[in-house]
Amino acid sequence: MDQKGLRELEYRCIQEEPPWCTAACPIHVDVRTFVGHMGHERWADAWKVLRKHMPLPAILGRICDAPCESRCKRGEAGDAIRIGALERTCVQTEPPALRILPMPSNGKRVAVAGSGLSSLTAAWDLARKGYAVTVFEARQQPGAGLRRFHPHQLPSEIIEEEIDKLSSLGITFELGCDPDSEEIASRILDSFNAIYLGLDTVSGRVWNVERDDQGAICVDAKSQATRRTGLFAGGQTNSPVWQTAQGRWAAISIDRYLQGVSLTAGRDKEGPFETRLFISLKDVAPLPAVPLPEGQGAYPPADARDEARRCLQCECLECVKVCAYLEKFGAYPKKYAREIYNNLSIVIGEHPANRLINSCSLCGLCEQVCPNDFAMQDLCLEARRTMVKNGKMPPAAHEFALLDMAFSLSNRFAMARHQPGCETSEYAFFPGCQLCASAPGQVTEVYAHLRATLAGGVGLMLGCCGAPAHWAGSQAQCDGHTADFTTQWESLGKPQMILACASCLRLFKEHLPMIPAVSLWSVLDMHPPQVKASENSRTVAVHDPCTTRHEAELQACVRRLLDKAGVAVQELALGQEETECCGFGGLMQNANSDLAHEVAQRRAGRDPVDYIAYCAMCRDNLVATGKRILHLLDLYFPDPQHTDPALRPRPGWTQRQQNRAWLKSKLLKNLWNEVPPEMESHQNIKLEISRQVAERMDRRRILEEDLQRVIQHAEASGERLFHPASGHYKAAYAPHKVTFWVEYSPTGDGYVVHNAYAHRMEVYGP
Amino acid sequence: MTSEHVQPEDLQWQCAKCERKLVVGPINVGYMGNRFTVELPHCPGCGRVLISEQVALGKMAQVEQMLENK
Repeated sequence: MDQKGLRELEYRCIQEEPPWCTAACPIHVDVRTFVGHMGHERWADAWKVLRKHMPLPAILGRICDAPCESRCKRGEAGDAIRIGALERTCVQTEPPALRILPMPSNGKRVAVAGSGLSSLTAAWDLARKGYAVTVFEARQQPGAGLRRFHPHQLPSEIIEEEIDKLSSLGITFELGCDPDSEEIASRILDSFNAIYLGLDTVSGRVWNVERDDQGAICVDAKSQATRRTGLFAGGQTNSPVWQTAQGRWAAISIDRYLQGVSLTAGRDKEGPFETRLFISLKDVAPLPAVPLPEGQGAYPPADARDEARRCLQCECLECVKVCAYLEKFGAYPKKYAREIYNNLSIVIGEHPANRLINSCSLCGLCEQVCPNDFAMQDLCLEARRTMVKNGKMPPAAHEFALLDMAFSLSNRFAMARHQPGCETSEYAFFPGCQLCASAPGQVTEVYAHLRATLAGGVGLMLGCCGAPAHWAGSQAQCDGHTADFTTQWESLGKPQMILACASCLRLFKEHLPMIPAVSLWSVLDMHPPQVKASENSRTVAVHDPCTTRHEAELQACVRRLLDKAGVAVQELALGQEETECCGFGGLMQNANSDLAHEVAQRRAGRDPVDYIAYCAMCRDNLVATGKRILHLLDLYFPDPQHTDPALRPRPGWTQRQQNRAWLKSKLLKNLWNEVPPEMESHQNIKLEISRQVAERMDRRRILEEDLQRVIQHAEASGERLFHPASGHYKAAYAPHKVTFWVEYSPTGDGYVVHNAYAHRMEVYGP
Repeated sequence: MTSEHVQPEDLQWQCAKCERKLVVGPINVGYMGNRFTVELPHCPGCGRVLISEQVALGKMAQVEQMLENK
């Protein structure tokens, strides 16, 4: 990703887009923050927000015509927030102290004709930039026009206080000097570098300047330039906030004019604009406005607070609302994109976003709910690939899963055979690694059903589809694997593949598009097995695996199979195309197991009814949270050993590998009359492991086999430590990159395991 | 890492091969191309080192993670 790619990506995330109120405001007051403070009765903070955006908040705050209200999103669910009334309420409270620092003079003089709101705004903004500003007012009072137009809203002392602030900035008021007189006009033209005509109080009739057909002075929108060089004008409107805006834009133009730079460059976002922000009003209950006291324009404080609390505080966060991962890292995709980009750019030093990159489940729900299709999963996967390519992927992030994949591709599990008694295969059943790891007995039954139902020979392929390498960003490993897989598939005569796992199906579609593959569920939908489970009159909620997000037909097949089994289906609020990951996807569980557990718990808590899954890994992850969850195969091929399959515990990592190996041995023996692969010598070492220690090992991702290797090595070499008081031995061995430690003691023909732990750091010795 | 990470009970282990009690002294360890010297219990005879559970899952894991994110 280059800078341009980053900016395009950042642009997609609209969380930082201004809310509608701000976008509608000609001077872009940060209304959302202002109203937020009002809702917490933080009047001084609210005041400061107005002051930041408004030149003369005590005046404008009292007379603002609030065009923002017409665009307020709350107006689509009840009444719009009474923003104008909240402004009036705010500016009637005691203003926080204000320090006005006069700018050092830049030596240039600007004349401002009139002292209406546009003129005072232009004067204020220009004085703050260091210009010597003189205001020419026909009457004897500055701000006379304001007094005339808003006699009730603007008490004299308020105007005087604001005028005092202007004076404190060094602005000079020439009173009784009518800018509509020839004499004053020529005086101004002779002695100032630039001029602003405030058409809210000045007619400009003596100023020799081009007018339109209706006789109005021609003024360019936004730049406020007239056709006479150095003469700017504005304020020809009844709207106080527009008068203010035009005064402000004129001040910007005068500053640019006097600096000799472009009047127009980079000013597209001035004035009201269309925001790209999105807010969902789906769960927003309508609320009416808090009524104003009879005949009043402002609220009593408590009412102002209540009115402000109706504000939706518009923001998007559609993705963050549905994703524990995006929420966990405390920001939103636009910020994450920047963090990831920076992370990839760092050559030497900390890479703080590694965890962010590796924790994403790659489930794609963010893209599904994003109004702009921001795909966090694409960003994270691309980043992982770059990290792997540059040798910057933390070794611990995915290694366990990749070793598990290597196991599944080894002779211990992988195999490919034609159906017994067949020379060719019309089909080949590929149950994937996790169904075999979770329910190997059901795999044998499904295979028997397929052989009995489908003509032309149903071969069997055991192995891994390569998804772990894909998720880990290891493209080379993934490509190597798909090449091997293709060769194997060709050796079976290019059968149609029947896949039990949605992740495999997705991987086949993306990486092996030339191999025809169908889901087991569509095959079973066409050739349904007999329903065997007895308790099928129940209602269940379907948990769709995240890899079926865009597989509507597959999801429909599953629902038909449930219907045929007599199960009533309840849809989860986040289901089908908006389904959530179980916490395993994208190897989240490897890189961030705490988060994966949280994700699984959140998913399990969506609905109190029993769930049904059709991905073995989803089932196992969710059942591990204590959730009752069935696998679709439990209805058609119930395991007689489990009277309540919804509570069948998740097999641990060791059991998962043992189940795969068991399945291969059993099938080879029973169906093909072949001798199962020989066990390696360490596998014959008998271990006695309590449940507590086994669970600890599982959490620490230590396999029984790892300990068998340690003990074999320790017993053969004598390299072990001894603890005389307990009679325990302790030994370490690193079969690959991880060093495993086991505390054990001999018993009968084997060993009792008391504890096990591991580290990756290498110990060279004294 | 200093010898603060060595617990008194670590020294109740002895080398089964040399039948000698463990002593605390500087041990060379390394990860991802970085090398350090750490005070750890080891056999004064053959040099066999004990990495306790506390060290493996505590300080060592922390340093591993830090270096992995370098």
